[in-house]
Amino acid sequence: MNEQLVITVNGARHSVQSPPDTPLLYVLRDEMGLTGPQFGCGSETCKACTVLLGAREVQSCKLAVSEATDGVITTLEGLQAGSELHPIQRAFIDEQAAQCGYCLNGMVMTTAAFLYRHPHPSAEDIRQALDGNLCRCGAHARILRAVQRAADYLAEEMV
Amino acid sequence: MASQWSPTGALSVANQVDDWLRIEVDGTVTVFSGKVELGTGVKTALAQIVAEELDVPFERITMVMGDTDLVPDEGITAGSTTLQIGGFALRQASAEARQALLAAASDQLDAMLDELTVNDGVVSVARDPLRSISYADLMGGRSFDREISLQAPVKQPSSYHIVGQKLPRIDLPRKLTGQAGYVHDVRLPGMLHARVVRPPDPGAALEAYDPEPIAGVKVVRQGNFLAVAAEREFDAVRAADALEATWKQTGSRPPMQELLQHIRQQDTIDEISFDEGEFESAARDAEIHLEATYTQPFQAHASIGPSCAVADVSDDHATVWSSTQGPYPLRAALADLLRMPEESVRVIYAEGSGSYGHNGADDAAADAVLISHKLGRPVRVQWSRSDEFIWEPYTPAMLMDMRGGLSPQGRIIAWQHDVWSPTHGNRPRMASQLLAGQLAYGLRPPKPEWFGGGDRNAPVDYALPNQRVVAHWLTEMPLRTSAMRTLGGAANTFANESFMDELADLAGTDPLTFRLNHLDDERGIAALQAAADRAGWGQPLPDGTGRGLAYARYENDGAYVATVAQVRVDPERGAVHVERLISAHDCGLIVNPDGVTNQIEGNLIQSLSRALFEEITFDETHITSSDWDTYPILRFSDLPKVEVVLLNQPDEPLVGAGEPASICTAPAVANAIFDACGARLRQIPFTADKIRGSL
Repeated sequence: MNEQLVITVNGARHSVQSPPDTPLLYVLRDEMGLTGPQFGCGSETCKACTVLLGAREVQSCKLAVSEATDGVITTLEGLQAGSELHPIQRAFIDEQAAQCGYCLNGMVMTTAAFLYRHPHPSAEDIRQALDGNLCRCGAHARILRAVQRAADYLAEEMV
Repeated sequence: MASQWSPTGALSVANQVDDWLRIEVDGTVTVFSGKVELGTGVKTALAQIVAEELDVPFERITMVMGDTDLVPDEGITAGSTTLQIGGFALRQASAEARQALLAAASDQLDAMLDELTVNDGVVSVARDPLRSISYADLMGGRSFDREISLQAPVKQPSSYHIVGQKLPRIDLPRKLTGQAGYVHDVRLPGMLHARVVRPPDPGAALEAYDPEPIAGVKVVRQGNFLAVAAEREFDAVRAADALEATWKQTGSRPPMQELLQHIRQQDTIDEISFDEGEFESAARDAEIHLEATYTQPFQAHASIGPSCAVADVSDDHATVWSSTQGPYPLRAALADLLRMPEESVRVIYAEGSGSYGHNGADDAAADAVLISHKLGRPVRVQWSRSDEFIWEPYTPAMLMDMRGGLSPQGRIIAWQHDVWSPTHGNRPRMASQLLAGQLAYGLRPPKPEWFGGGDRNAPVDYALPNQRVVAHWLTEMPLRTSAMRTLGGAANTFANESFMDELADLAGTDPLTFRLNHLDDERGIAALQAAADRAGWGQPLPDGTGRGLAYARYENDGAYVATVAQVRVDPERGAVHVERLISAHDCGLIVNPDGVTNQIEGNLIQSLSRALFEEITFDETHITSSDWDTYPILRFSDLPKVEVVLLNQPDEPLVGAGEPASICTAPAVANAIFDACGARLRQIPFTADKIRGSL
């Protein structure tokens, strides 16, 4: 029997039932019933599965759950405080920055990690930060505007 | 089968108000639509149409879409027809409902019909507003029991206050909080996770396999269909990787380098699909002649989320959650696969990752059904990234031969477009069209009955005296193909509008002037001029930078699209950077301006990706583009400034906007590359090698 793994997700501790080499994504989705992070490629090439580990973005489709026990994991569901949307979520809605929305989880979570490190980004910084996130519907222009708006919202909150 | 292409849509098979909507006792309105939300925003726009016509607040509309037990059969959600046809049906149903409600209110309030007004779902007497009654009280939860007459008065667009507004998408808050309810998120009690173990090529025969690659994992085999199922998803993933199977490979296809010769060597069914004037004699009279060949490669829908489905099948009933674009046609195909009556199969639409046509969604549903049927348990099948790239049906490779002749005055007097294409319509309606049916039971898909799609937009919308389109229909293709956004429209417009530019160059005329000289449609002229004006057409650009434009009317009778690309070319490296993409778009009446703009932007960006980067690669046995490295798509760093000019025409009938803006991008970029550096690219995608090779 494996030693019991415990991860902390969105503020709650969870005892992992799956083997330790299981990618974090399957634990989040299948054990915990979370539906924010999505399966896209299984090889860290599209970022649909992105979550935060501490303040850092990680691709949960490949990261073994045993590697995620040391930090606090935040998923899309854990961004908002109660019923109040996170400023990044608000910015995406205000810019109507989506079509199918499947890539949104990754866009929002990458943005969260990025704006934490770069609260006042240039347009070029934002492009670079999102370059590994794939969108197929072509919502790119709106997503860039949403990230800029999110940076503005966060800056206002800091005042 | 639904008459999805008839102007009255499914009203012929669902002719009762109750088929389409219900007034609930709490005052909300439940709408039943056989169309589905593919991420294009039609859930919001259809709700706007109903709210407008019924005079109820938009927020009180609940949309039920794509559940075969609940909604009318509206065929497939495709071809930019959802608002045009699905919206027409809902408008008629709502107008009929409103008329019935007003008649009932007239009785209840003891007032004449013309004394009544409706506000937010409450009918009142105009001169005595205290005399009023709500829709909910009028109906009391009852049904309408009323046929849709098509005679009920509909509102004039000038009185619209909900249609035409930029209302925010109703699905976005859920999508931004992880509550979207994608098909990937469906979970059933007792459900197993399954993966299909694919053969090395579609014709390979399964000779031997390991029946238990990982302890506790179930292996399902039927014919050449092989799958694993497990309680834990990752066990299914590992088992699919670990399963050793021996396949006898039989298939072989022409190597990719010989594809164009292969296409030309095929026996084709030839058809003159458009003919005006006398091409042959006009071509003889022409002073200047030009011939050119353009090609379109196989390309993938490349949905970001690989296809997924959940099925729960018992001996006499099946329930399937799928992101199919055609819930009813899929139901027919699955019933055929299971040998059950159609009524015993329920397909429930759940959103998937954007599909842009016939991707792997229907096949994943069939996989799930087959495995669930075998195991007697609910089953969720998730395709892998490579499953989707290798097994989804592609948009077909196409070849276009163009011939043209100019008069001494530089006018086009002869124009011929020869297109080689298979059918673009292989959507499943029977088991033999599903991968699972082919692998499990050796079924062969029927020969296509319909060759349309390949010649979409092959005729040009210019006033040409002698124009002919000849379609050379291919009955076999080396790769599996089906419907993708615009069908042949994008490839044919690439050929037409590149060739227009080549002729303009021969005539020594500016490309915009040359097009305007041949155009007599006022809305077309307005679109072309609007795009050119926004782009600053004619203003000087730095060396190495160029502009190109393209114009077409989608399907020759739909939306008008004019697109200008501005590109910078680095001739040493052959690198193209698209700096601006500007499109003017006229789709008649606009239901939701931001929704339309979003669609146009998406079409421009996706079609730019297809023009610059995308090509399915293969050898004699394998598809070799199987991931995002081998099938790259446009990234944020490649993004141009995207500008949309909406030409609203509230008094013109609305036509679809879900795909028209895809058709002009490739030719606009090719023409801009020519303007920038003199390289004429006639083969998509416009890779650095091709640009260097053309200089």
